[in-house]
Amino acid sequence: MEFFNQLTANIDWVEIWLAGQDTLLMLAGSLVFTLVLGLPLGVLLFLTGKRQLLDQPAVYGVLSFLVNVLRSVPFVILLIIMIPFTVLIAGTSLGVAGAIPPLVVGATPFFARLVETALREVDRGIIEATQSMGASTRQIVFGALLPEALPGILAAITVTAITLVSYAAMSGVIGGGGLGDLAIRFGYQRFQTDVMVVTVILLLILVQILQMVGDRLVTHFSRK
Amino acid sequence: MIKLENVSKAYRVDGRDIPALAGVSLSITAGSVFGIIGHSGAGKSTLIRLINLLERPSGGRILLDDDDVTELNASALRGLRQQVGMIFQHFNLLGSKTIAENVAFPLKIAGSLNKAQIAQRVDELLALVGLSDHRDKYPAQLSGGQKQRVGIARALANRPKVLLCDEATSALDPQTTQSVLQLLLDINKQLGLTIVLITHEMDVIRTICDRVAVIDGGLIVEEGPVTQVFLHPKHPTTRRFVFEAEHIDENKQYDDYQHVEGKIVRLTFIGESTYHPILGSVARDCAVDFSILAGRIERIKDTPCGQLTLALSGHDVDAALARFSATGIDVEVLR
Repeated sequence: MEFFNQLTANIDWVEIWLAGQDTLLMLAGSLVFTLVLGLPLGVLLFLTGKRQLLDQPAVYGVLSFLVNVLRSVPFVILLIIMIPFTVLIAGTSLGVAGAIPPLVVGATPFFARLVETALREVDRGIIEATQSMGASTRQIVFGALLPEALPGILAAITVTAITLVSYAAMSGVIGGGGLGDLAIRFGYQRFQTDVMVVTVILLLILVQILQMVGDRLVTHFSRK
Repeated sequence: MIKLENVSKAYRVDGRDIPALAGVSLSITAGSVFGIIGHSGAGKSTLIRLINLLERPSGGRILLDDDDVTELNASALRGLRQQVGMIFQHFNLLGSKTIAENVAFPLKIAGSLNKAQIAQRVDELLALVGLSDHRDKYPAQLSGGQKQRVGIARALANRPKVLLCDEATSALDPQTTQSVLQLLLDINKQLGLTIVLITHEMDVIRTICDRVAVIDGGLIVEEGPVTQVFLHPKHPTTRRFVFEAEHIDENKQYDDYQHVEGKIVRLTFIGESTYHPILGSVARDCAVDFSILAGRIERIKDTPCGQLTLALSGHDVDAALARFSATGIDVEVLR
């Protein structure tokens, strides 16, 4: 016990508890917005693609380019160039609220691409069969495409959630709060290795749980 | 009534037009079973998809009960598609929905029935195809034949006037094929539904079709009643299909006849004459001898028919041939 206490001398468990809550809040908040924005964007990318239902090369070209631009900016840079914009919509660039806008902007294009890929995996024959029933594009999307792609979309959500965990940790750099912030301020800047180790372990546990839950859901909805 | 008038279709690939259909005209009577046979790449998939406009023609007109489908706007086209059911080679069921939900899907799309009415219609349809016990299973839990039955139930949900079958039995084993074809035939008779099917199997045509069109290189090369086309194939492609189905090697056969004496004729019986003891009585009356070189007796849909290749020799061969012709038997002199 004495040994353990010495080993964890720098750790303030209340601080860790609060930071853990912040991380979960950032994850939940940014995930919700990412899904709400990314899912329609992914569907639009799919529909406007070549030889797809809407087949709009110009629209697809613009959307695809925008997504690629956002995806090619390193997240740390995105965090910084987003600051004025973040202040505008969240009122602050610090803490949980300040972290969510850059997280959403960073993760949405990523998630949209994954959705597009998941939709492409749906057998064309199913789209054709649904068309032959006299379905509108809207009915095809909601009645056939999304339900059929659900396992793929759930997998995409899982990957995106885990990416958001690591992005959220990075947002500590600009004062985003959470476990990542703790790791940087205490673990890195003050050489408190024990804090660093504990936060990393907690993040690892979080990632494990997300992956497990995601895999379970994918299996459950795969109907194979 | 479905009418195709000089319909053509070309696909644009890398800036070049690749023709798939080159001026096809067909007329399909309401309530009949119409087969289109062709090898892969002959254009039959394109042809069947033109009828419900899954593919747009590059030229020509497509009439469904006097409405030109190519001129319909988007919502009228959706309405038309609800009147035209379609089943597919790979069934194309929604894996995420149960059997009952799959069958209910077109009803929900049409949106004209309430929940209770949909449930009732789904029960009727599943009973019709013999799958009432499987309503809550998922497609992955069914066999190929069962999946196609779900496909049929789904295609019939909105009480269509026309059923399009895109290689509907090509992924099934021979036994299952027969049972699915039987189901299609029953539906055709019970509901008076027009069936248009494409296939590469002559057996399918022979079992359920009234008329057949043979397609090759984007053109209809032969068209007519199945008995006619089957017993007297004219175009080389048609002959190949028929002989493949009958396991006949035409060239080899003629070689075999080289040592045979007398006149070689082929007699074709259609309908009741197939069962009459005509051969014996003609041989007696005209004092000719015959030997049977080849023969087959079978049913084409509901019509019994037979074809015999005979070598005739003796007193009055010509009189014998005249007797055959007089009783309605088709006579072809091969040598």
